[in-house]
Amino acid sequence: MSDVKTPNTPLWEVFIRSRNGLAHKHVGSLHAADATMALQAARDLYTRRGEGLSIWIVPSHAITASDPADKGMMFEPTVSKVYRHPTFYDVPDEVGHM
Amino acid sequence: MYTQGLSNPDAPAPAKAVEDAGLAARFQDRVDAEERIEANDWMPEAYRRTLTRQISQHAHSEIIGMLPEGNWVTRAPTLRRKATLLAKVQDEAGHGLYLYAAAETLGRSREEMFDDLLSGKAKYSSIFNYPTLTWADMGAIGWLVDGAAIMNQIPLCRCSYGPYARAMIRVCKEESFHQRQGYEIMVALCRGTPEQKAMAQDALDRWYWPCLMMFGPPDGDSTHSDQSTRWKIKRFSNDELRQKFLDALVPQAEYLGLTLPDPGLRFEPGAGDAVKDGAMKDGVRGHWRHGPINWDEFRQVLAGNGPCNRERISARRRAHKDGAWVREAAAAYAAKQAKQKRAA
Ligand SMILES: [Fe+2]
Ligand SMILES: [Fe+2]
Ligand SMILES: [Fe+2]
Repeated sequence: MSDVKTPNTPLWEVFIRSRNGLAHKHVGSLHAADATMALQAARDLYTRRGEGLSIWIVPSHAITASDPADKGMMFEPTVSKVYRHPTFYDVPDEVGHM
Repeated sequence: MYTQGLSNPDAPAPAKAVEDAGLAARFQDRVDAEERIEANDWMPEAYRRTLTRQISQHAHSEIIGMLPEGNWVTRAPTLRRKATLLAKVQDEAGHGLYLYAAAETLGRSREEMFDDLLSGKAKYSSIFNYPTLTWADMGAIGWLVDGAAIMNQIPLCRCSYGPYARAMIRVCKEESFHQRQGYEIMVALCRGTPEQKAMAQDALDRWYWPCLMMFGPPDGDSTHSDQSTRWKIKRFSNDELRQKFLDALVPQAEYLGLTLPDPGLRFEPGAGDAVKDGAMKDGVRGHWRHGPINWDEFRQVLAGNGPCNRERISARRRAHKDGAWVREAAAAYAAKQAKQKRAA
């Protein structure tokens, strides 16, 4: 038994919409031979307690991810551009809530 | 706990002196700041190795853990008990799969981990090498084994490694039903006939000590703890978790009218226990202390000489082998469909 290596089964990422009005959210991953089986497995694995109304499955290899090492370069502009936030602007108190 | 074999690494790691000291220091700073480490972040090789071993052992424990309870699914006394036990065992399969997925993010494939389990190279929790002799064992396992697992798993929800912590949050949400269904079985037996109550007592007698052992060796002997604590993988020591478990357990057993099979069990009052109705703070409350644990038995079970080690692994191997044609057929069908799609 130990001399026979178990062949790999493709990996899928699972996204679930918990209720209408909300976006699909990544909940985890699983292995399955094809998309139909992945969908059934996702139902069994991630929605045993009414967690969702809709499931998306995506082959893991289809995802392009940003590199954490490039985090600084990638996200720096959002840090330095404070004028993108409403609190950057002074509005006189007399004007009230805006 | 589920990773008691941590102190027996398969191969001593080559000292990676070449690892960048600056990166290592920055990594530790992030951990100290309670930042979560994610799969693609830089991490020390030893951190990766420790977590791969710990998470895969935890996954194996969930999978092997289905066997002792699976033994009673077809013999559950009522349809309600059968449905709940089945749902519980199905949850454990889910826990195993969440955990394999978390371990895979560190670079080892699920299939390799499966093969390590089947070849006997990988360890799993000692507790699942004990037999389930009567229906009352289903009560004792849910109450005690899942109860001990919850004590261990709640702090893991704050583990520094993000994918492990997230898997644990999901697992913990599901575990509480497991413990409650077990305790409910015990309550029913203890309110039943004298024979039923005796059955409950017998199950407690057999599971009490192995459950205390689940938390692993006493703090003085555990070699991996210091580093795991620095890395914020481990938040409480083995003895601390065992103590929490015991303090919760004693009143629960008392409610059932059962006796813990521990002649050395005694209450050690804390400074606050003398204060009547006073606001008791942590640290002043007393603790229940257990008698001496037979660590030799624990080592024997971990070494493969427990009552059911051989049976568990052979059952797992058989299931894997019997499922081979299903995996092959599914892969062949998927390949055929993909080919037809390309041709179309
Ligand atoms: Fe468990
Ligand atoms: Fe579990
Ligand atoms: Fe459980």
